[in-house]
Amino acid sequence: MLLIRCPYCEEERPELEFRNAGEAHIARPSNIAATSDEDFEKFFFIRSNPKGIIFERWRHMHGCARFFNAVRDTVSDKFVMTYKAGEPKPDLAAIAESGPAAWANRPPDQLNVKKPAAKRKTIKKGEA
Amino acid sequence: MLDHGRHEHPDWLWRSPEPRTGYDAIIVGAGGHGLATAYYLAERHGMTDVAVLDRGWLGGGNMGRNTTIIRSNYLYDESAGIYDHALKLWDGLSQDLNYNVMYSARGVMMLAHNVHDIQVLKRHVHANRLNGIDNEWLTPEQAKEFCPPLNISRDARYPVVGASLQRRGGTARHDAVAWGYARAASARGVHIIQNCEVTGIKRAAGGQVTGVETSKGSIGAKKIGVVAAGHSSVIMNMAGIRMPLESYPLQALVSEPVKPVFPCVVMSNTVHAYISQSDKGELVIGAGTDQYISYSQTGGLHILNHTLDAICEMFPMFTRMKMLRSWGGIVDVTPDRSPILAKTPVKGLYVNCGWGTGGFKATPGSGNVFAHTIARDEPHPINAPFTIERFRTGRLIDEAAAAAVAH
Repeated sequence: MLLIRCPYCEEERPELEFRNAGEAHIARPSNIAATSDEDFEKFFFIRSNPKGIIFERWRHMHGCARFFNAVRDTVSDKFVMTYKAGEPKPDLAAIAESGPAAWANRPPDQLNVKKPAAKRKTIKKGEA
Repeated sequence: MLDHGRHEHPDWLWRSPEPRTGYDAIIVGAGGHGLATAYYLAERHGMTDVAVLDRGWLGGGNMGRNTTIIRSNYLYDESAGIYDHALKLWDGLSQDLNYNVMYSARGVMMLAHNVHDIQVLKRHVHANRLNGIDNEWLTPEQAKEFCPPLNISRDARYPVVGASLQRRGGTARHDAVAWGYARAASARGVHIIQNCEVTGIKRAAGGQVTGVETSKGSIGAKKIGVVAAGHSSVIMNMAGIRMPLESYPLQALVSEPVKPVFPCVVMSNTVHAYISQSDKGELVIGAGTDQYISYSQTGGLHILNHTLDAICEMFPMFTRMKMLRSWGGIVDVTPDRSPILAKTPVKGLYVNCGWGTGGFKATPGSGNVFAHTIARDEPHPINAPFTIERFRTGRLIDEAAAAAVAH
Protein backbone atom coordinates (compact mmCIF):
# COMPACT_ATOMS: atom_id res chain seq x y z
CA MET A 1 0.00 0.00 0.00
CA LEU A 2 1.26 3.44 -0.88
CA LEU A 3 1.84 6.17 1.67
CA ILE A 4 0.66 9.43 0.18
CA ARG A 5 1.35 12.94 1.43
CA CYS A 6 -1.74 15.14 1.15
CA PRO A 7 -0.52 18.69 0.51
CA TYR A 8 -3.59 20.15 2.22
CA CYS A 9 -3.52 17.99 5.36
CA GLU A 10 0.28 18.14 5.26
CA GLU A 11 0.84 14.56 6.34
CA GLU A 12 1.36 11.09 4.95
CA ARG A 13 -1.71 8.91 5.02
CA PRO A 14 -2.35 5.34 3.77
CA GLU A 15 -3.51 4.84 0.20
CA LEU A 16 -6.92 3.55 1.35
CA GLU A 17 -7.90 7.16 2.16
CA PHE A 18 -7.27 8.24 -1.43
CA ARG A 19 -8.70 7.75 -4.89
CA ASN A 20 -6.47 8.00 -7.93
CA ALA A 21 -8.05 10.38 -10.41
CA GLY A 22 -5.96 9.81 -13.53
CA GLU A 23 -3.43 11.85 -15.42
CA ALA A 24 -2.89 15.45 -14.27
CA HIS A 25 -2.56 18.67 -16.28
CA ILE A 26 -5.09 17.70 -18.97
CA ALA A 27 -7.03 20.88 -19.67
CA ARG A 28 -10.71 20.52 -20.49
CA PRO A 29 -11.51 22.44 -23.69
CA SER A 30 -13.26 25.72 -22.89
CA ASN A 31 -15.94 25.10 -25.52
CA ILE A 32 -16.35 21.35 -25.63
CA ALA A 33 -19.22 21.49 -28.13
CA ALA A 34 -16.91 23.06 -30.71
CA THR A 35 -14.09 20.58 -30.15
CA SER A 36 -13.11 18.48 -33.16
CA ASP A 37 -13.23 14.67 -32.94
CA GLU A 38 -9.41 14.57 -33.02
CA ASP A 39 -9.05 17.00 -30.13
CA PHE A 40 -11.78 15.31 -28.13
CA GLU A 41 -10.04 11.95 -28.56
CA LYS A 42 -6.76 13.48 -27.34
CA PHE A 43 -8.47 15.11 -24.38
CA PHE A 44 -10.72 12.24 -23.36
CA PHE A 45 -9.05 8.96 -24.35
CA ILE A 46 -5.36 9.35 -25.17
CA ARG A 47 -3.07 9.03 -22.16
CA SER A 48 0.70 9.28 -21.78
CA ASN A 49 0.87 6.12 -19.60
CA PRO A 50 4.60 6.68 -18.98
CA LYS A 51 7.06 4.09 -17.79
CA GLY A 52 8.87 6.40 -15.39
CA ILE A 53 7.78 9.79 -14.05
CA ILE A 54 4.02 10.40 -14.12
CA PHE A 55 2.03 13.49 -13.17
CA GLU A 56 -1.25 12.31 -11.72
CA ARG A 57 -4.25 13.49 -9.73
CA TRP A 58 -5.31 12.05 -6.40
CA ARG A 59 -8.28 12.83 -4.20
CA HIS A 60 -8.08 12.61 -0.42
CA MET A 61 -11.49 10.97 -0.39
CA HIS A 62 -11.63 9.92 3.25
CA GLY A 63 -9.79 12.96 4.57
CA CYS A 64 -10.12 16.54 3.37
CA ALA A 65 -11.78 15.25 0.14
CA ARG A 66 -9.70 17.64 -1.98
CA PHE A 67 -8.03 16.92 -5.29
CA PHE A 68 -4.28 17.42 -5.57
CA ASN A 69 -1.47 16.40 -7.91
CA ALA A 70 1.48 14.08 -7.47
CA VAL A 71 4.71 13.22 -9.25
CA ARG A 72 5.47 9.50 -9.02
CA ASP A 73 7.79 6.97 -10.63
CA THR A 74 5.64 4.21 -12.16
CA VAL A 75 8.51 1.70 -12.06
CA SER A 76 9.30 1.95 -8.34
CA ASP A 77 5.89 3.43 -7.33
CA LYS A 78 7.83 5.97 -5.23
CA PHE A 79 6.39 9.47 -4.97
CA VAL A 80 8.72 12.30 -5.87
CA MET A 81 6.39 15.00 -4.53
CA THR A 82 2.77 16.05 -4.17
CA TYR A 83 1.43 19.56 -4.71
CA LYS A 84 -1.83 21.45 -4.57
CA ALA A 85 -4.28 21.58 -7.44
CA GLY A 86 -3.81 24.65 -9.59
CA GLU A 87 -0.08 24.89 -8.92
CA PRO A 88 2.06 24.77 -12.05
CA LYS A 89 3.47 21.48 -13.32
CA PRO A 90 6.82 21.03 -11.56
CA ASP A 91 10.00 21.25 -13.58
CA LEU A 92 11.47 17.76 -13.87
CA ALA A 93 15.07 19.02 -13.84
CA ALA A 94 14.46 20.92 -10.60
CA ILE A 95 12.93 17.81 -9.06
CA ALA A 96 15.96 15.77 -10.01
CA GLU A 97 18.20 18.31 -8.25
CA SER A 98 16.24 18.36 -5.03
CA GLY A 99 16.16 14.57 -5.02
CA PRO A 100 13.32 12.27 -4.14
CA ALA A 101 11.35 12.97 -1.00
CA ALA A 102 10.83 10.96 2.12
CA TRP A 103 10.40 7.68 0.29
CA ALA A 104 13.96 7.35 -0.95
CA ASN A 105 15.18 4.91 1.66
CA ARG A 106 16.21 7.61 4.09
CA PRO A 107 16.62 6.72 7.75
CA PRO A 108 13.54 7.55 9.86
CA ASP A 109 15.09 10.60 11.54
CA GLN A 110 15.55 12.22 8.14
CA LEU A 111 12.00 11.65 6.92
CA ASN A 112 9.68 14.61 6.42
CA VAL A 113 12.34 17.24 6.96
CA LYS A 114 12.97 19.96 4.45
CA LYS A 115 16.71 19.39 4.30
CA PRO A 116 18.09 15.92 4.96
CA ALA A 117 20.63 15.75 7.74
CA ALA A 118 23.39 15.05 5.24
CA LYS A 119 22.90 18.47 3.65
CA ARG A 120 22.47 20.40 6.89
CA LYS A 121 25.29 22.42 8.40
CA THR A 122 27.21 20.13 10.66
CA ILE A 123 27.13 21.12 14.28
CA LYS A 124 30.33 20.61 16.21
CA LYS A 125 30.34 19.24 19.69
CA GLY A 126 29.82 22.01 22.19
CA GLU A 127 28.26 24.45 19.70
CA ALA A 128 24.67 23.34 20.36
CA MET B 1 13.71 -36.82 -20.36
CA LEU B 2 14.84 -36.93 -16.75
CA ASP B 3 17.29 -34.12 -17.52
CA HIS B 4 14.50 -32.13 -19.14
CA GLY B 5 12.36 -32.55 -16.06
CA ARG B 6 14.89 -30.60 -14.04
CA HIS B 7 14.38 -27.42 -16.07
CA GLU B 8 11.28 -25.34 -15.57
CA HIS B 9 11.63 -23.50 -18.89
CA PRO B 10 11.68 -26.19 -21.60
CA ASP B 11 13.93 -24.39 -24.08
CA TRP B 12 14.63 -27.62 -25.98
CA LEU B 13 11.16 -27.26 -27.52
CA TRP B 14 12.21 -24.37 -29.77
CA ARG B 15 15.40 -23.15 -31.43
CA SER B 16 17.09 -20.00 -30.10
CA PRO B 17 18.94 -18.64 -33.14
CA GLU B 18 20.94 -15.45 -33.46
CA PRO B 19 18.84 -12.80 -35.20
CA ARG B 20 19.19 -12.39 -38.97
CA THR B 21 19.73 -8.90 -40.40
CA GLY B 22 16.12 -8.70 -41.52
CA TYR B 23 12.75 -10.45 -41.61
CA ASP B 24 9.48 -10.17 -43.50
CA ALA B 25 7.76 -9.60 -40.17
CA ILE B 26 8.79 -9.01 -36.57
CA ILE B 27 6.47 -9.64 -33.65
CA VAL B 28 7.35 -7.60 -30.55
CA GLY B 29 6.46 -9.68 -27.50
CA ALA B 30 6.76 -13.46 -27.07
CA GLY B 31 3.71 -13.90 -24.91
CA GLY B 32 0.77 -16.08 -25.83
CA HIS B 33 -0.76 -13.65 -28.32
CA GLY B 34 2.59 -12.91 -29.99
CA LEU B 35 3.60 -16.56 -30.31
CA ALA B 36 0.13 -17.48 -31.58
CA THR B 37 0.39 -14.69 -34.16
CA ALA B 38 3.74 -16.07 -35.37
CA TYR B 39 2.37 -19.61 -35.51
CA TYR B 40 -0.67 -18.62 -37.57
CA LEU B 41 1.47 -16.43 -39.85
CA ALA B 42 3.54 -19.52 -40.66
CA GLU B 43 0.75 -22.08 -40.61
CA ARG B 44 -2.12 -20.26 -42.30
CA HIS B 45 -0.42 -17.55 -44.35
CA GLY B 46 2.86 -19.13 -45.41
CA MET B 47 4.95 -16.37 -43.78
CA THR B 48 7.89 -18.16 -42.20
CA ASP B 49 10.51 -15.37 -42.39
CA VAL B 50 9.28 -14.12 -39.03
CA ALA B 51 10.98 -13.31 -35.73
CA VAL B 52 9.37 -12.98 -32.31
CA LEU B 53 11.38 -10.73 -29.99
CA ASP B 54 11.03 -10.53 -26.24
CA ARG B 55 12.92 -8.46 -23.70
CA GLY B 56 12.64 -11.29 -21.17
CA TRP B 57 11.92 -14.95 -21.62
CA LEU B 58 9.09 -16.40 -23.63
CA GLY B 59 5.78 -16.53 -21.79
CA GLY B 60 7.30 -14.73 -18.78
CA GLY B 61 4.91 -11.77 -18.69
CA ASN B 62 1.16 -11.95 -18.31
CA MET B 63 1.13 -15.32 -20.10
CA GLY B 64 2.68 -16.87 -17.00
CA ARG B 65 0.72 -14.70 -14.55
CA ASN B 66 -2.96 -15.11 -15.47
CA THR B 67 -5.57 -17.35 -13.85
CA THR B 68 -6.03 -19.47 -17.03
CA ILE B 69 -9.80 -18.97 -17.33
CA ILE B 70 -11.43 -19.49 -20.72
CA ARG B 71 -14.94 -18.33 -21.60
CA SER B 72 -16.76 -16.40 -24.32
CA ASN B 73 -19.96 -15.18 -22.62
CA TYR B 74 -19.46 -11.51 -23.51
CA LEU B 75 -22.41 -9.20 -24.06
CA TYR B 76 -21.75 -7.41 -27.34
CA ASP B 77 -21.75 -8.99 -30.79
CA GLU B 78 -18.19 -7.85 -31.56
CA SER B 79 -16.81 -9.32 -28.33
CA ALA B 80 -18.85 -12.49 -28.70
CA GLY B 81 -17.39 -12.84 -32.18
CA ILE B 82 -13.73 -12.68 -31.18
CA TYR B 83 -13.94 -14.55 -27.87
CA ASP B 84 -16.00 -17.36 -29.34
CA HIS B 85 -13.63 -17.57 -32.30
CA ALA B 86 -10.95 -18.21 -29.69
CA LEU B 87 -13.06 -20.74 -27.81
CA LYS B 88 -13.62 -22.74 -31.01
CA LEU B 89 -9.86 -22.80 -31.55
CA TRP B 90 -9.20 -23.89 -27.93
CA ASP B 91 -11.25 -26.98 -28.73
CA GLY B 92 -8.72 -28.87 -30.83
CA LEU B 93 -5.68 -26.71 -30.06
CA SER B 94 -3.75 -29.60 -28.51
CA GLN B 95 -4.22 -31.56 -31.77
CA ASP B 96 -3.33 -28.55 -33.96
CA LEU B 97 -0.10 -27.93 -32.03
CA ASN B 98 0.58 -31.61 -31.28
CA TYR B 99 1.21 -30.42 -27.72
CA ASN B 100 -1.08 -30.89 -24.77
CA VAL B 101 -2.33 -27.49 -23.60
CA MET B 102 -4.64 -29.19 -21.09
CA TYR B 103 -7.78 -27.34 -22.20
CA SER B 104 -10.46 -28.48 -19.79
CA ALA B 105 -14.07 -27.46 -20.52
CA ARG B 106 -15.10 -27.76 -16.89
CA GLY B 107 -17.64 -24.93 -17.03
CA VAL B 108 -17.58 -21.29 -15.92
CA MET B 109 -20.30 -20.37 -13.47
CA MET B 110 -21.22 -16.80 -12.55
CA LEU B 111 -23.22 -16.33 -9.38
CA ALA B 112 -26.13 -13.96 -8.82
CA HIS B 113 -26.73 -12.61 -5.32
CA ASN B 114 -29.43 -10.01 -5.89
CA VAL B 115 -32.05 -8.81 -8.34
CA HIS B 116 -29.57 -6.71 -10.30
CA ASP B 117 -27.23 -9.70 -10.73
CA ILE B 118 -30.14 -11.81 -11.99
CA GLN B 119 -31.06 -9.18 -14.57
CA VAL B 120 -27.49 -8.70 -15.75
CA LEU B 121 -26.70 -12.40 -15.99
CA LYS B 122 -29.99 -13.26 -17.72
CA ARG B 123 -29.35 -10.48 -20.20
CA HIS B 124 -25.98 -12.06 -20.92
CA VAL B 125 -27.53 -15.52 -21.27
CA HIS B 126 -30.04 -14.24 -23.83
CA ALA B 127 -27.51 -12.12 -25.72
CA ASN B 128 -25.09 -15.04 -25.88
CA ARG B 129 -27.71 -17.48 -27.14
CA LEU B 130 -28.72 -15.05 -29.89
CA ASN B 131 -25.07 -15.13 -30.92
CA GLY B 132 -25.02 -18.93 -30.90
CA ILE B 133 -22.92 -19.11 -27.73
CA ASP B 134 -23.85 -21.61 -25.05
CA ASN B 135 -24.85 -20.02 -21.75
CA GLU B 136 -27.67 -21.14 -19.49
CA TRP B 137 -29.51 -19.97 -16.42
CA LEU B 138 -29.43 -22.19 -13.33
CA THR B 139 -31.53 -22.17 -10.19
CA PRO B 140 -29.59 -22.29 -6.91
CA GLU B 141 -30.33 -26.02 -6.65
CA GLN B 142 -29.03 -26.66 -10.18
CA ALA B 143 -25.94 -24.58 -9.40
CA LYS B 144 -25.32 -26.63 -6.26
CA GLU B 145 -25.67 -29.83 -8.25
CA PHE B 146 -23.05 -28.64 -10.75
CA CYS B 147 -20.73 -27.24 -8.07
CA PRO B 148 -21.28 -29.06 -4.74
CA PRO B 149 -19.05 -26.76 -2.61
CA LEU B 150 -21.55 -23.91 -3.10
CA ASN B 151 -23.51 -22.85 -0.03
CA ILE B 152 -27.03 -22.07 -1.26
CA SER B 153 -28.70 -21.62 2.12
CA ARG B 154 -30.85 -18.50 2.34
CA ASP B 155 -29.06 -17.20 5.42
CA ALA B 156 -25.59 -17.10 3.85
CA ARG B 157 -23.85 -13.72 3.99
CA TYR B 158 -24.20 -13.47 0.19
CA PRO B 159 -27.07 -15.84 -0.71
CA VAL B 160 -26.89 -17.50 -4.13
CA VAL B 161 -30.14 -16.73 -5.93
CA GLY B 162 -29.15 -18.15 -9.31
CA ALA B 163 -26.24 -18.56 -11.67
CA SER B 164 -25.29 -18.55 -15.32
CA LEU B 165 -23.21 -21.39 -16.68
CA GLN B 166 -21.11 -21.62 -19.83
CA ARG B 167 -20.30 -25.31 -20.07
CA ARG B 168 -17.69 -24.88 -22.82
CA GLY B 169 -15.78 -22.45 -20.58
CA GLY B 170 -13.00 -23.74 -18.39
CA THR B 171 -9.24 -23.58 -18.07
CA ALA B 172 -6.03 -24.48 -19.93
CA ARG B 173 -2.44 -24.67 -18.77
CA HIS B 174 -1.06 -21.23 -19.59
CA ASP B 175 2.65 -22.21 -19.77
CA ALA B 176 1.85 -25.15 -22.05
CA VAL B 177 0.00 -22.81 -24.40
CA ALA B 178 3.05 -20.55 -24.73
CA TRP B 179 5.40 -23.53 -25.13
CA GLY B 180 3.11 -25.29 -27.60
CA TYR B 181 2.83 -22.23 -29.84
CA ALA B 182 6.58 -21.56 -29.54
CA ARG B 183 7.42 -25.14 -30.47
CA ALA B 184 5.00 -25.24 -33.42
CA ALA B 185 6.13 -21.81 -34.71
CA SER B 186 9.81 -22.69 -34.36
CA ALA B 187 9.27 -25.95 -36.24
CA ARG B 188 7.87 -23.91 -39.15
CA GLY B 189 10.94 -21.67 -39.31
CA VAL B 190 9.98 -18.79 -37.03
CA HIS B 191 12.88 -17.32 -35.02
CA ILE B 192 12.16 -16.86 -31.34
CA ILE B 193 14.69 -14.43 -29.88
CA GLN B 194 14.56 -13.98 -26.13
CA ASN B 195 16.37 -11.40 -23.98
CA CYS B 196 16.21 -8.99 -26.90
CA GLU B 197 14.61 -5.70 -25.90
CA VAL B 198 13.20 -3.43 -28.60
CA THR B 199 14.49 0.09 -28.00
CA GLY B 200 13.33 1.85 -31.15
CA ILE B 201 11.25 1.53 -34.31
CA LYS B 202 13.00 2.55 -37.53
CA ARG B 203 11.01 4.26 -40.27
CA ALA B 204 11.76 5.32 -43.84
CA ALA B 205 11.33 8.85 -45.16
CA GLY B 206 7.87 7.87 -46.40
CA GLY B 207 6.87 6.91 -42.86
CA GLN B 208 6.68 3.15 -43.27
CA VAL B 209 8.53 0.92 -40.84
CA THR B 210 11.90 -0.54 -41.84
CA GLY B 211 12.90 -2.40 -38.69
CA VAL B 212 13.66 -2.19 -35.00
CA GLU B 213 16.58 -1.21 -32.81
CA THR B 214 17.18 -3.80 -30.12
CA SER B 215 19.56 -4.69 -27.33
CA LYS B 216 21.01 -7.21 -29.83
CA GLY B 217 21.45 -4.63 -32.57
CA SER B 218 19.45 -3.36 -35.47
CA ILE B 219 17.05 -5.79 -37.21
CA GLY B 220 15.21 -5.00 -40.43
CA ALA B 221 11.53 -5.77 -40.96
CA LYS B 222 8.92 -5.02 -43.61
CA LYS B 223 6.11 -5.41 -41.08
CA ILE B 224 6.03 -5.09 -37.30
CA GLY B 225 3.32 -6.42 -35.03
CA VAL B 226 3.33 -4.96 -31.51
CA VAL B 227 1.90 -7.43 -28.99
CA ALA B 228 3.53 -6.07 -25.85
CA ALA B 229 0.65 -6.09 -23.31
CA GLY B 230 1.41 -3.65 -20.46
CA HIS B 231 4.29 -2.12 -22.44
CA SER B 232 2.28 -1.50 -25.63
CA SER B 233 2.14 2.27 -25.12
CA VAL B 234 5.92 2.33 -24.53
CA ILE B 235 6.61 0.53 -27.82
CA MET B 236 3.99 2.48 -29.79
CA ASN B 237 5.51 5.75 -28.54
CA MET B 238 8.70 4.71 -30.35
CA ALA B 239 6.74 5.06 -33.59
CA GLY B 240 5.22 8.34 -32.46
CA ILE B 241 1.78 6.95 -31.72
CA ARG B 242 0.12 7.86 -28.43
CA MET B 243 -2.33 5.21 -27.30
CA PRO B 244 -5.62 5.23 -25.40
CA LEU B 245 -4.12 2.85 -22.84
CA GLU B 246 -3.31 2.82 -19.14
CA SER B 247 -1.22 0.09 -17.48
CA TYR B 248 -2.18 -1.24 -14.06
CA PRO B 249 -0.89 -4.03 -11.81
CA LEU B 250 -3.25 -7.02 -11.60
CA GLN B 251 -2.64 -9.67 -8.96
CA ALA B 252 -3.42 -13.34 -8.54
CA LEU B 253 -2.55 -15.98 -5.99
CA VAL B 254 -2.56 -19.74 -5.46
CA SER B 255 -3.07 -21.84 -2.36
CA GLU B 256 -1.23 -24.92 -1.21
CA PRO B 257 -2.26 -27.94 -3.33
CA VAL B 258 -5.08 -30.13 -2.03
CA LYS B 259 -7.09 -33.05 -3.41
CA PRO B 260 -9.80 -32.20 -5.97
CA VAL B 261 -12.53 -30.23 -4.19
CA PHE B 262 -13.63 -27.65 -6.73
CA PRO B 263 -14.99 -28.95 -10.05
CA CYS B 264 -15.47 -25.78 -12.12
CA VAL B 265 -14.66 -22.08 -12.33
CA VAL B 266 -16.85 -19.87 -10.12
CA MET B 267 -17.07 -16.10 -10.36
CA SER B 268 -19.04 -13.81 -8.17
CA ASN B 269 -18.79 -10.28 -9.46
CA THR B 270 -20.78 -8.65 -6.72
CA VAL B 271 -18.38 -9.75 -3.98
CA HIS B 272 -15.40 -10.06 -6.34
CA ALA B 273 -14.53 -13.67 -5.69
CA TYR B 274 -13.17 -15.69 -8.54
CA ILE B 275 -11.78 -19.16 -8.07
CA SER B 276 -10.89 -22.48 -9.70
CA GLN B 277 -8.68 -25.44 -8.85
CA SER B 278 -5.70 -26.34 -11.01
CA ASP B 279 -4.88 -29.90 -11.97
CA LYS B 280 -1.98 -29.69 -9.49
CA GLY B 281 -4.58 -29.07 -6.77
CA GLU B 282 -3.88 -25.42 -6.02
CA LEU B 283 -6.80 -23.03 -5.70
CA VAL B 284 -6.23 -20.32 -8.30
CA ILE B 285 -7.67 -16.98 -7.24
CA GLY B 286 -7.78 -13.76 -9.22
CA ALA B 287 -7.66 -10.40 -7.44
CA GLY B 288 -8.32 -6.91 -8.73
CA THR B 289 -6.18 -4.15 -10.19
CA ASP B 290 -4.56 -1.39 -8.22
CA GLN B 291 -6.01 2.07 -8.76
CA TYR B 292 -2.83 3.70 -10.06
CA ILE B 293 -0.70 3.29 -13.19
CA SER B 294 2.36 1.17 -12.53
CA TYR B 295 4.92 -0.97 -14.33
CA SER B 296 6.20 -2.52 -11.10
CA GLN B 297 4.64 -6.01 -11.48
CA THR B 298 3.63 -5.86 -7.83
CA GLY B 299 0.49 -4.59 -6.19
CA GLY B 300 -0.95 -3.64 -2.82
CA LEU B 301 -1.57 -6.32 -0.21
CA HIS B 302 -4.99 -4.87 0.57
CA ILE B 303 -6.11 -5.85 -2.96
CA LEU B 304 -5.35 -9.52 -2.22
CA ASN B 305 -6.97 -9.28 1.22
CA HIS B 306 -10.15 -7.90 -0.31
CA THR B 307 -10.45 -10.88 -2.65
CA LEU B 308 -9.65 -13.39 0.10
CA ASP B 309 -12.35 -11.81 2.30
CA ALA B 310 -14.85 -12.56 -0.46
CA ILE B 311 -13.54 -16.11 -1.00
CA CYS B 312 -13.83 -16.87 2.71
CA GLU B 313 -17.38 -15.50 2.82
CA MET B 314 -18.42 -17.56 -0.19
CA PHE B 315 -16.55 -20.76 0.68
CA PRO B 316 -15.98 -21.02 4.44
CA MET B 317 -14.26 -24.38 3.92
CA PHE B 318 -11.28 -22.51 2.42
CA THR B 319 -10.74 -20.22 5.42
CA ARG B 320 -7.99 -22.38 6.87
CA MET B 321 -6.08 -22.96 3.64
CA LYS B 322 -2.63 -21.47 3.29
CA MET B 323 -1.92 -19.22 0.36
CA LEU B 324 1.33 -20.27 -1.27
CA ARG B 325 2.28 -17.54 -3.72
CA SER B 326 0.97 -14.25 -5.07
CA TRP B 327 2.23 -12.15 -7.94
CA GLY B 328 1.35 -9.24 -10.18
CA GLY B 329 1.34 -8.56 -13.89
CA ILE B 330 0.93 -5.31 -15.80
CA VAL B 331 -2.27 -5.12 -17.83
CA ASP B 332 -2.99 -2.51 -20.50
CA VAL B 333 -6.54 -1.22 -20.23
CA THR B 334 -8.48 0.68 -22.90
CA PRO B 335 -11.24 3.18 -22.09
CA ASP B 336 -13.98 0.75 -23.24
CA ARG B 337 -12.23 -2.36 -21.84
CA SER B 338 -12.15 -3.98 -25.30
CA PRO B 339 -8.90 -4.78 -27.12
CA ILE B 340 -7.31 -3.01 -30.06
CA LEU B 341 -6.34 -5.39 -32.91
CA ALA B 342 -5.68 -3.26 -35.90
CA LYS B 343 -3.60 -1.53 -38.50
CA THR B 344 -2.10 1.75 -37.32
CA PRO B 345 -1.55 5.14 -38.99
CA VAL B 346 2.06 4.02 -39.61
CA LYS B 347 2.44 1.84 -42.69
CA GLY B 348 3.66 -1.66 -41.85
CA LEU B 349 2.95 -1.27 -38.12
CA TYR B 350 0.18 -3.35 -36.54
CA VAL B 351 -0.95 -3.46 -32.94
CA ASN B 352 -2.64 -6.07 -30.77
CA CYS B 353 -3.13 -4.68 -27.26
CA GLY B 354 -5.61 -3.48 -24.69
CA TRP B 355 -6.69 -6.93 -23.55
CA GLY B 356 -6.75 -5.53 -20.05
CA THR B 357 -7.52 -8.04 -17.35
CA GLY B 358 -8.82 -10.80 -19.62
CA GLY B 359 -6.52 -11.64 -22.51
CA PHE B 360 -5.56 -15.24 -21.87
CA LYS B 361 -8.89 -16.71 -22.99
CA ALA B 362 -8.54 -14.98 -26.35
CA THR B 363 -5.01 -16.21 -27.13
CA PRO B 364 -5.74 -18.49 -30.13
CA GLY B 365 -8.41 -16.25 -31.64
CA SER B 366 -6.36 -13.10 -31.19
CA GLY B 367 -3.25 -14.62 -32.79
CA ASN B 368 -5.33 -16.07 -35.59
CA VAL B 369 -7.00 -12.84 -36.71
CA PHE B 370 -3.92 -10.70 -36.00
CA ALA B 371 -1.86 -12.95 -38.30
CA HIS B 372 -4.53 -12.38 -40.96
CA THR B 373 -4.32 -8.61 -40.40
CA ILE B 374 -0.52 -8.61 -40.80
CA ALA B 375 -0.33 -11.03 -43.72
CA ARG B 376 -3.12 -9.43 -45.79
CA ASP B 377 -2.63 -5.86 -44.57
CA GLU B 378 -6.34 -5.75 -43.78
CA PRO B 379 -8.31 -6.86 -40.75
CA HIS B 380 -10.20 -10.12 -40.57
CA PRO B 381 -13.98 -9.47 -40.30
CA ILE B 382 -13.81 -10.68 -36.70
CA ASN B 383 -11.30 -8.02 -35.60
CA ALA B 384 -12.46 -5.28 -37.98
CA PRO B 385 -14.44 -3.47 -35.21
CA PHE B 386 -11.44 -3.42 -32.85
CA THR B 387 -9.74 -0.38 -34.40
CA ILE B 388 -7.73 2.41 -32.79
CA GLU B 389 -9.96 4.91 -34.60
CA ARG B 390 -13.05 3.90 -32.62
CA PHE B 391 -11.99 6.32 -29.89
CA ARG B 392 -12.24 9.10 -32.44
CA THR B 393 -15.46 8.01 -34.12
CA GLY B 394 -17.15 7.01 -30.89
CA ARG B 395 -17.95 3.50 -32.15
CA LEU B 396 -16.88 1.93 -28.85
CA ILE B 397 -17.33 -1.70 -27.82
CA ASP B 398 -18.31 -0.78 -24.33
CA GLU B 399 -17.99 -4.00 -22.35
CA ALA B 400 -16.85 -1.88 -19.39
CA ALA B 401 -20.20 -0.30 -18.74
CA ALA B 402 -22.51 -3.09 -19.74
CA ALA B 403 -20.81 -6.34 -18.91
CA ALA B 404 -20.39 -6.34 -15.13
CA VAL B 405 -18.06 -9.28 -15.60
CA ALA B 406 -14.93 -10.04 -13.71
CA HIS B 407 -12.13 -10.48 -16.20
